[in-house]
Amino acid sequence: MTDVLTPTDHGSHLLLAVDRLKVVMAGSATDVVDDVSFTVEAGEVLGLVGESGSGKTTVALALMGYARRGLNIAGGSVLLTGQEVIGRSAAELRRLRGASVAYVAQDPTSALNPALKVGTQLREIFAAHPGAQNGASVNDRITELLSEVRLDSVSRALESYPHQLSGGQQQRVMLAMAFACRPKLIVLDEPTTGLDVTTQRHVLDSIRGLCRIYRVGAVYVSHDLAVVADIANTIGVMYAGRLVELGPAARVFRAPGHPYTRGLLRAIPSPTRAHVLEGMEGQPPRPGARPGGCCFGTRCEFAVAACETEFPAASDLDGTAHWARCIRAAEVCRLPALGELPLREHLPLVQADRPLLRIDALSAVYGDKPVLYDVSVDVHPQRCLAVVGESGAGKTTLARCIVGLHSSWSGAIEFDGNAVAHDRRRRPRDVIRSLQYVFQNPYTSLNPRKTVGRLVEQPLRELFDLPRAERDRRVVAALEDAALSGEYVNRYPDQLSGGERQRVAIARTLVVEPKLLVCDEVTSALDVSVQAAIVELLHRLKSERGLTLVLITHNLALVRSLADDVVILRDGRVVEQGQAVLDNPQTDYSAQLLADVPSLELASAP
Amino acid sequence: MSTGPEIGAITALPRVGRMSSRPEWLVILGRAARSRRGTIGLTIAGFVVLVAIVGPFVAPHSPTAPVTETFATPSGSAPLGGDVLGRDVLSRVLAGGWELLAIAAAATALGVSAGVALGIAAAYYGRFTDALIMRLVDVFLAFPQLVFALLLVSVLGPKIWLIIIAVGISHAPQVARVIRSVALDVCERDFVKAVELMDTPARRVMSGEILPNLMSVVMVEVGLRFTYSILIIAGLSFLGFGIQPPAANWGLMINENRIGLVVNPWAVIAPAGLIAILTIGLNTFTDAIARASLGVDRPAEEVVMATGIILDRSA
Repeated sequence: MTDVLTPTDHGSHLLLAVDRLKVVMAGSATDVVDDVSFTVEAGEVLGLVGESGSGKTTVALALMGYARRGLNIAGGSVLLTGQEVIGRSAAELRRLRGASVAYVAQDPTSALNPALKVGTQLREIFAAHPGAQNGASVNDRITELLSEVRLDSVSRALESYPHQLSGGQQQRVMLAMAFACRPKLIVLDEPTTGLDVTTQRHVLDSIRGLCRIYRVGAVYVSHDLAVVADIANTIGVMYAGRLVELGPAARVFRAPGHPYTRGLLRAIPSPTRAHVLEGMEGQPPRPGARPGGCCFGTRCEFAVAACETEFPAASDLDGTAHWARCIRAAEVCRLPALGELPLREHLPLVQADRPLLRIDALSAVYGDKPVLYDVSVDVHPQRCLAVVGESGAGKTTLARCIVGLHSSWSGAIEFDGNAVAHDRRRRPRDVIRSLQYVFQNPYTSLNPRKTVGRLVEQPLRELFDLPRAERDRRVVAALEDAALSGEYVNRYPDQLSGGERQRVAIARTLVVEPKLLVCDEVTSALDVSVQAAIVELLHRLKSERGLTLVLITHNLALVRSLADDVVILRDGRVVEQGQAVLDNPQTDYSAQLLADVPSLELASAP
Repeated sequence: MSTGPEIGAITALPRVGRMSSRPEWLVILGRAARSRRGTIGLTIAGFVVLVAIVGPFVAPHSPTAPVTETFATPSGSAPLGGDVLGRDVLSRVLAGGWELLAIAAAATALGVSAGVALGIAAAYYGRFTDALIMRLVDVFLAFPQLVFALLLVSVLGPKIWLIIIAVGISHAPQVARVIRSVALDVCERDFVKAVELMDTPARRVMSGEILPNLMSVVMVEVGLRFTYSILIIAGLSFLGFGIQPPAANWGLMINENRIGLVVNPWAVIAPAGLIAILTIGLNTFTDAIARASLGVDRPAEEVVMATGIILDRSA
């Protein structure tokens, strides 16, 4: 019996060596992940970034010898402290997991058992891995663990059920569980994605600290380059199931060698610099539909004829441990990554006669629970107001009060000088038309049983009385305004990518020619390259069509690249508002919020 | 190719325009019919339906005329022997199916429609309406289905329209319960709110937005309830409250002829067997529908990955 707990000395500090890992769909030869190789040393944090569908989670799970249902690990090797993980029996893997390698899932609410107290779940680990107690009593170890992850009021937390803890606290419990057995390697799959910036900052600090103190190697999977920049020493960029670039974080961000990495960096809004965002055209090829040659070739602005024939091998850049799988990597990495992106000009506020939307002393309740207190905000025509705050700050409630989805409020909302009714059913049609709302998640806001044409036409049928030909004309025009084409009318939402779906959702609001568009976290379900394109679309609608925007978001970097005015909400109250909030925050809270935003500049600064 | 057909089928969806704008439920139905399970179920049920439809035209004797002796054993002129009054069992079996199936179909249509309407209304309106409908449903569910139908029929007398209504009503509460639980989830989706923001009347929200997303469940219910309808109607006939003699009816036949079970078992086995076969076939097909709709409603993990769908990424 091999003892998986005993590390074998390999001379160096090499902890994990992944070699030509290949994962395929069960029952076919379609590869989901292919030819992925990298190493992690003790104490090193490898950031694995990529957009949805790039295979990063599949790689992360394969590190523990696990493949999701419908997938098989078809080849390659994963050496953890010199021992092969792939091909082990279920019993051996069980001993390995937790003890030598631990996993922190994206969503703590689904990873923790809702029926058991947190303390019980922590004790289960020590029942499964008695060796992890280190001689101390179980309770002492648990207390120690929870203080390591900086969870406050430990005794109360132990007696709580998961739902009684906040998202951040739950994720800390997950971290404590992962670190309980002092694993050699920890695999983190988007552990901060659902968290607020401030909580995210604290959780990242905990992870960084624990990895340093215990010399734990980490693989940190994320779609958010800024977060990865914050925590990782090494960055691996995944695209279409391949690792396309690998290198030290500072080098990858300052001088990316792969056009895809470069594209990603140019798509990310910066919290400090309001530059124009550049989305990437097209979308990643799906497994089974990958073109021959370079998998990025069809979207690449640097593509040459040779790219169509072979997928290039890794070419080293500048003699460091930085490589990219691109035949023009050496050229690409000499280009400035961000430098020449034009800055966005923000227009100064022209004092119009009256604001388009005036919210005066608005207080809202959900049942008995107050959500908004005395909120007063003006939205001026043809400007973009960003409503910023952490989750639970009341941003979405504010948006829903404006459009009439939430009617338990007091105070006044005036649109174009007239007070609007609480309930959407009592609002006149022209107010309904003028005030449109774009939902957060385009995967749920479009009826999957209707074609794009029907979806976009629907508000016209309900709110106007137009002949069919005119409706068709307007539908196509709205789709074109949203940077889609008339060809989309016969497609169903499930045939569209996330970005296309959100464009359809936007087209559906544009078709009734609104004056004000309320956008509720419209990019939070989308990848960064898609987000960039949507942001540019909204910006264009504002400047060309004279649309007024209310942007609800928790993403301060996004605010910087789109908004003219900013309102910061905290626990239902306005903390600060104005044009200069981001440049010159007047309250501690705003300043803290800004400071907590992860930024690429930190990593790429020389 | 038999390996992973569903995965292949869905990931291979063309990016540009589906061939036709066939409604989703037809797509599911087609996919179910093509699956192995569905083909088997459909063949079995189809055989019985065929017997019921073609039967009256090919029956060798009149179903009501005595042509042989009471409980005569099978012979050349009466291949399945005679029944309690010496009528030809084969002819009665062939003639007695369509009425049963037609009544069952009508009762199912009535029951499922009413149940779907109630279920969606309860889920969509919520609060008082929900409580009212669901408590009413609870009361109805307290009666066994057969007893409920018996109650109505025995009070008002056995009439065909009454049987249809009685059986239909006895289905409605159960259908309502199932539909409500599924509809609750659909009602909460953003696309419903998006349409509400267009000042759309509630009736159209329920029929245009919510119902199409429940079609797979509705189809499963139709299959299931049709089976139950046949059993209840046959049961009513067996108990003497359904279709009255001398009409040939499978349920009635079992009742009439059970006293002669040891003399000519065919008089009972033939109708009972047909009901059993039909039930098995329909249930198998219903199961195939349920499986076929899984791939549509809840995409498998592979599909999620292949299409890059991310749900609720942020809080």
